[in-house]
Amino acid sequence: MNVILFMISCILTNNFIFNKFLGCCPFLGVSSKVETAASMGIAVTFVMTIASLFAWMVNAWVLVPLQLEYMQTIAFILIIAGLVQFVEMFMKKSMPALYSALGIYLPLITTNCAVLGVATLNVKEGYNLLFSVLNGTFSALGFLLAIVLMAGVRERLESSKIPKCMKGFPISLVIAGLMAMAFMGFNGLVKL
Amino acid sequence: MSDKKPNVGKVFLNGIINENPTFRLVLGTCPTLAVTTSAINGLGMGAAATFVLLGSNVVISALRKVIPDKVRIPAFIVVICMFVTIIQLVMQAFLPSLYEALGIFLPLIVVNCIILGRAEAFASKNPVVASAFDGLGMGVGFTLALTLIGCIRELLGNGSVFGINILGASYQPMLLMILPAGGFLVFGTLLGIINALTNRKKGDAK
Repeated sequence: MNVILFMISCILTNNFIFNKFLGCCPFLGVSSKVETAASMGIAVTFVMTIASLFAWMVNAWVLVPLQLEYMQTIAFILIIAGLVQFVEMFMKKSMPALYSALGIYLPLITTNCAVLGVATLNVKEGYNLLFSVLNGTFSALGFLLAIVLMAGVRERLESSKIPKCMKGFPISLVIAGLMAMAFMGFNGLVKL
Repeated sequence: MSDKKPNVGKVFLNGIINENPTFRLVLGTCPTLAVTTSAINGLGMGAAATFVLLGSNVVISALRKVIPDKVRIPAFIVVICMFVTIIQLVMQAFLPSLYEALGIFLPLIVVNCIILGRAEAFASKNPVVASAFDGLGMGVGFTLALTLIGCIRELLGNGSVFGINILGASYQPMLLMILPAGGFLVFGTLLGIINALTNRKKGDAK
């Protein structure tokens, strides 16, 4: 039961974009079309799940026993960079269709702060292996939800009249603010 | 173009005004939105990022002829990571309250696009002194932007600036402004205002 509540809280109440401000760059940068936004979200989900698994294992079985916790950031970023590279090569070989759909978004994920953020948060919150992986997967699904919703709104914006100075980033940010307010409605839905 | 001497003063001002990383290039939005709940947090985050930018720009520029082109991105990230770890440990030791307030956004400076962007676009092509000024300029620009957003959000959401009460006790704080939604709204509106001002300036010039 606790696990299910945790999943819901990751997607809705603790949404990565609207509550924690992680992954805002791709959220604003790659959200002009629903299709590309969805591909980006799926790629992020994939990488975040694997990254939280590996980061947890490296932290608990290598860094902590050796008392090298101060190396956390550098270890995590290297794990993520390596993983992204590996996932890219693996996909190219075995899933060429998915690979061509995700295209340039895969390498970009290395510098997505949501991925490093989830690895760091898992350690900070002291989650065990199961909860770390769940946190990775479901937070990423929350990101997917947010970026697809945003892309839907922005597609409609194309055809509407906006003051010149608000075009592009400013109006997107204001919309994100309104969406964040809507997501505040989920507060109190889950109590952990 | 590698060793042509760029004008140092111009490079410095470029980061603050023409290519302000926050308002003109819209890079590094995550820390911009997340830590600006108060002016002091914005200032602290900006100072940390400035230190990392300055250090990484100098080191990367000094090593620019040694680092092979193919592995330059991982090499840059490791250099940046080193400076982030330094600032993290220093802050934890001397400014524990700020360290707590910035939370996970301190280690996340590593993946801040401004820093990797400057390493790639400037430090890997220019001599050490110019790179240092570029890093400093960008850092100061980032700090000013964060402090400005922090001031506005703290003033509206709490009635104070840098912890000093300004609007008086009768002011009913707009709590929304220090919640995540307010961050998006303030940043979006500010960007809009700045766009409008620059558009008008361009119109005058014509």
